[in-house]
Amino acid sequence: MSATDESTLKPARRIQFAFTDEQEQFRSALRRFLNDKSPTTEVRRLMATPEGYDPEAWRQLSEELALPGIHIPEQYGGAGFGMVELCIVTEELGRALLCAPYFSTTVLAASAILNAGTEAQKSSLLPELTSGARLATLAVTELNGDWDPLAIEAVATPVADGYLLDGVKSYVVDGHVADLIVVAARLPKTVGPEGLALFTLSANATGVERRLLESMDPTRKLARIDFHGAHADLLGNIDDGANAISRTLDQAAIALANEMMGGAQALLDSAVNYAKLRVQFGRTIGSFQAIKHKCADLLLEVELAKSAAYYAAQAAAVDDPEWPALASLAKAAASETYLHMAAECIQLHGGIGFTWDNDTHLWFKRAKSSEVFLGQPSYHRELLMQRWGV
Amino acid sequence: MSNVSEEQVRTEVRAWLAGNWDPEMSLVAWRSKLADSGWGMPQWPTQWHGRGLSMGLVRVVEEEFAAVGAVGAAKSGVRLLAAATLLEHGSDAQKKKFLRRILTGEDSWCQLFSEPGSGSDLAGATTRAELNGDHWIINGQKVWTTSAHHADHGLLLARTDWDAPKHEGLSYFVIDIKQPGVDVQPLRQMNGHASFNQVFFTDALVPAGNIVGKVGDGWKIAMTTLAHERRGADGLSTPSKRGARQGRVHAEERAELEVANQPYKWYPQRAGRVDLIIERAKETGANRDPHVRQEIAKLMIMAKSAEWTSRRARAAQQQGRPQGPEGSLGKLAASNVARAAAHVHTLIAGAEAMLTGSGSPREGTIAEILVSVPAVSIAGGTDEIQRNIISERVLDLPKEPRFDTGPFRKVRKN
Repeated sequence: MSATDESTLKPARRIQFAFTDEQEQFRSALRRFLNDKSPTTEVRRLMATPEGYDPEAWRQLSEELALPGIHIPEQYGGAGFGMVELCIVTEELGRALLCAPYFSTTVLAASAILNAGTEAQKSSLLPELTSGARLATLAVTELNGDWDPLAIEAVATPVADGYLLDGVKSYVVDGHVADLIVVAARLPKTVGPEGLALFTLSANATGVERRLLESMDPTRKLARIDFHGAHADLLGNIDDGANAISRTLDQAAIALANEMMGGAQALLDSAVNYAKLRVQFGRTIGSFQAIKHKCADLLLEVELAKSAAYYAAQAAAVDDPEWPALASLAKAAASETYLHMAAECIQLHGGIGFTWDNDTHLWFKRAKSSEVFLGQPSYHRELLMQRWGV
Repeated sequence: MSNVSEEQVRTEVRAWLAGNWDPEMSLVAWRSKLADSGWGMPQWPTQWHGRGLSMGLVRVVEEEFAAVGAVGAAKSGVRLLAAATLLEHGSDAQKKKFLRRILTGEDSWCQLFSEPGSGSDLAGATTRAELNGDHWIINGQKVWTTSAHHADHGLLLARTDWDAPKHEGLSYFVIDIKQPGVDVQPLRQMNGHASFNQVFFTDALVPAGNIVGKVGDGWKIAMTTLAHERRGADGLSTPSKRGARQGRVHAEERAELEVANQPYKWYPQRAGRVDLIIERAKETGANRDPHVRQEIAKLMIMAKSAEWTSRRARAAQQQGRPQGPEGSLGKLAASNVARAAAHVHTLIAGAEAMLTGSGSPREGTIAEILVSVPAVSIAGGTDEIQRNIISERVLDLPKEPRFDTGPFRKVRKN
């Protein structure tokens, strides 16, 4: 994979249905790295820590694989690839269930800065993120848990040298370890898309109070962040704020859909392997049609949702006009499929599948948190209908 | 002819068409010229009315035919499955007797495999063939036979040895349908159409020379036919050119296809007509109902994902990659899509879903969807058989224990 390959940057390409050989090689290299760095013993160790990640592994995936800047242009210290490569990364991370602040720093915060920031802001903020030196996150959702940006109530009041943020953000991924926080807020006395914008501030700024929430999925840490007149900078401009927020969330939905597909495939592999090993009534349970047919149906479901996730990533990579609708389509499909796959993986394992020692619950909990994170399937199905003009 | 270039073929077929194509000929007279010249089925061997061309060069020939609007060889129905099977397994006498009239369209064919007692388990056929002098005597019953009522010949799978294991006691015959021992009855489906037939054999006769391959080879040869069927060598045919071309040969071809395509008219409805969903929701106002919107979205997500899955399979194939699981899932996905579409069409139609005929939504098309969809998960391999295939071949899960080994005579049957 060559970072100077223009084809990853040109917008007018047709939507592709196959990964290139270079992309497949990249995926293989990544999978080898993750098999080594993120066995479930390591996932279990890290998920029990308050930080939830291993700084040494983060340094390696930054320095050796350049993952935190995979989709960021080279002029900002990134690897210069696009949505397809970003989604290959998230799919593999989802498969390995890597505990790392990747979704927060790269998928959410770096994309938000790239989408909204001025040239000067991109040049000053992105290199520290793409190098892995600083962690960041994006704070959109509030106590009501609504992923619709129009529901944002946090207020940014203009002052002489910037803005003062007031409000509460919740369900902020890795909000407890982020160095930089990108916050979606609105100007005082505005409603709807008007007055919405993104702001940046240091997590250590005065007036920022962070609290780690007890998340059911311990591999994805969530925080509540209270802002009490905290000093922040406007990212880009006010007029384009709502668009930048939407664009960032749509890109994140596609990346998350792909992440979920990695997890769903890991669960399918686990279920099928177990069905080949487990003996009851003198036969492997995988020889019963009740089990075989279930596995065939699950394979179909996973492959269909994968097709949606891949197609959405390819469409976003070439900036096809339909890609925001496809983001919702892929997110809804992946959410339903991942959770169903997780539940059936437990079912196929029988009693042991429900135990703490069996690894299935690690993915089940990620499936549950991913189902809700960035909007439930019903929310995205409605969004899809609206975006298709139904 | 195997190392000719594309340009040579193009020049040669163009010149031949310029000298021979005449839209005022009769269809049979024109196709006789195709049979003599080898341009009708150029992929067939030179000694059997073809030119031995690769499929890549066949496309060149088709382009040149299309350019002048020339009618091609007869291709509708089961005839090409018959031809492919005979070319691979038939004797020279059989090829001489049958291939030319397949190409000209003078003879129509049907496939006599499925039986009332053996659907998914095709090899469990119990129609019997017994040799008596120079004829085989056929007794039994076949079913799901498309177009048998106007077929001249049938591809027949029948049991010749009851003491051999199931798959080894079958033989493959060509049977003349238009004889006193063969009774063809239409099989009316729940949607009112009669696309298929039941065929009853009572001491029907097959000349000894009409066995294809050797006694006991029937299963192997039937697999050849089915492999061609899966490759899509049968079914709905379109006229050789869009729009109404003038001339006797075109009129006769249209009449031929009208008959040949009759059984397939409801197939789009069988697949669920996802294409109608959003316009129907808008025209009825069902698009304002939040529940219906959710169900439409679920359906469209499934249908789009199924379409992209088959595109992924094709793209991987084009890149020369080994086939992934996405290549085996199309039929099962299509069943799920069709069922979901029928469900959403019902939601959209509301009380009108209880009606049928010209006074019902879309002049009966919606009703036809609702009563046609149940066939899609059965025809051409049930969903359950598809799941067996997927789980065994893709996921490498073990087969169920078998109870049909040993002499077929002792195997439990319907």
